[in-house]
Amino acid sequence: MSVVALSNVNMTFNSSSANKTVALKEINLTIEPGEFISLIGPSGCGKSTLLRLVGDLIKPTAGDILVNGKSAHQARLDQDYGMVFQAPVLFEWRSIIKNVMLPLELRGYSRTDQQKRARELLALVELNGFENHYPWQLSGGMQQRAAIARALAIQPKLLLMDEPFGALDEMTREYMNLELHKIWQETQTTIIFVTHSIPEAVFLSTRIVVMSARPGEILHITNVDLPVPRGEHTREEAAYFETETEVREWLRAAKQK
Amino acid sequence: MKHVKQNLPAILLFIVALVIWEGTVRLLSIQKFLLPAPSVIWTSFRENFDRLTYIGWFTTREALGGFAIGCSTGILVALATSRWTLASETLMPFAIAANSVPIIAFAPILNNWFGIDNPLSKMMIVAVIVFFPMMINTVRGLTLIDPAALELMRSYAASEFTILRKLRLPNALPYMFNAFKVAATLSMIGAVVSEYFGGNRSALGVFITQEAAQFRFQNSWAAIIIACVVGLVFYLVILGLERLAIPWHSSLRAQQS
Repeated sequence: MSVVALSNVNMTFNSSSANKTVALKEINLTIEPGEFISLIGPSGCGKSTLLRLVGDLIKPTAGDILVNGKSAHQARLDQDYGMVFQAPVLFEWRSIIKNVMLPLELRGYSRTDQQKRARELLALVELNGFENHYPWQLSGGMQQRAAIARALAIQPKLLLMDEPFGALDEMTREYMNLELHKIWQETQTTIIFVTHSIPEAVFLSTRIVVMSARPGEILHITNVDLPVPRGEHTREEAAYFETETEVREWLRAAKQK
Repeated sequence: MKHVKQNLPAILLFIVALVIWEGTVRLLSIQKFLLPAPSVIWTSFRENFDRLTYIGWFTTREALGGFAIGCSTGILVALATSRWTLASETLMPFAIAANSVPIIAFAPILNNWFGIDNPLSKMMIVAVIVFFPMMINTVRGLTLIDPAALELMRSYAASEFTILRKLRLPNALPYMFNAFKVAATLSMIGAVVSEYFGGNRSALGVFITQEAAQFRFQNSWAAIIIACVVGLVFYLVILGLERLAIPWHSSLRAQQS
């Protein structure tokens, strides 16, 4: 069973008013378990909108969205996915461990289970020792890792990431890419990842969905045939550069459309 | 020790001001009913200490009672307005109208309603004065929320009540403490001024006006000192509670590190 199945999804904002915006047009996409899908495209092409549709944070104007074989709405109620935003969105009144415990707390786990699970996750994102720090005491990269730990807390089959590393500097971003790749392998979670960065998309993905400028349509899907696990060496492989070039050319086409 | 060092300039300024005051009064032989020297006020303060503390406590209770009634009503109305748009649309205009009314003008009427000797008449005036800043600030804190934080809670399929408890209320706390601080000062002013319109004789406001009417201005000054001290202590208590309640807030971080 596919993790996400989008068929003929359309999204129009302000459909009745004069300044109506067609954000997405006829999106068809099927995502299989364990895939890492990057959504890339010009600004305002509806990548984030697509992510929010899958997460049932907004409803499509038309079309069907299935997540784990059920409606996106039901999947949200069942908390089938975890979400990571561009900003870490940690609650400043909670320590790091309490932030990671939040989704477990809302699900009614016992206090000991919450703490045990949160500690495991903080170890996974290499934040052990920072449990009792407050968000403001951590760097941007560390905060984002805490946000990833929080998204993974309920062991979701699907992780939705909306430009999670967009606000980080290049070095931190590359390091976070390595970390995320490792986490993806260890947890075998399916990931949908919105990004502006071609290198990031190529390094992380199994498939890259290139979207066109508004109205957002799927222009091309690039398969990334780079061996797993990937590491620093991946960025020096010929296949890596070829894929990068392919995506870049499609992206150029996307902007001109 | 650190505190003394930090506040040394302020303490010095206070002492210098007292010395200049005392010196000016003596040098220019300013009459006692115009401006009594600090030493004269101090003598009056010591001579009338028992009576002053008694009436001071009487007025303080009015201020505290009004503070409690006004703040709790303000918070309740804020909760209602942030929860139901209808409540917000219905109540907000009245709240704004209430704020633009010079509430103290109602003192004689409230005296008539609740009985001029009944402390409740003064408490009600204080309550109406502190209500507005309390309500507006709480509404702000409950509604000015990072949209991503709300999306995060929605991704957990959290109920409105859970969102209120886990996100809106903690987010509102810093705003509410600002309001408490304003309300603490306002409540003492409100209590003393409302007493100017008559009432139980053992009250600061009544004492100040009566002693002034009999040209014993040094006694009025001594009573004002009591009012200042009470207002200051009230404010400091709120400040202390704030440190206990929201040590994570940015306004308090600098003092920790």
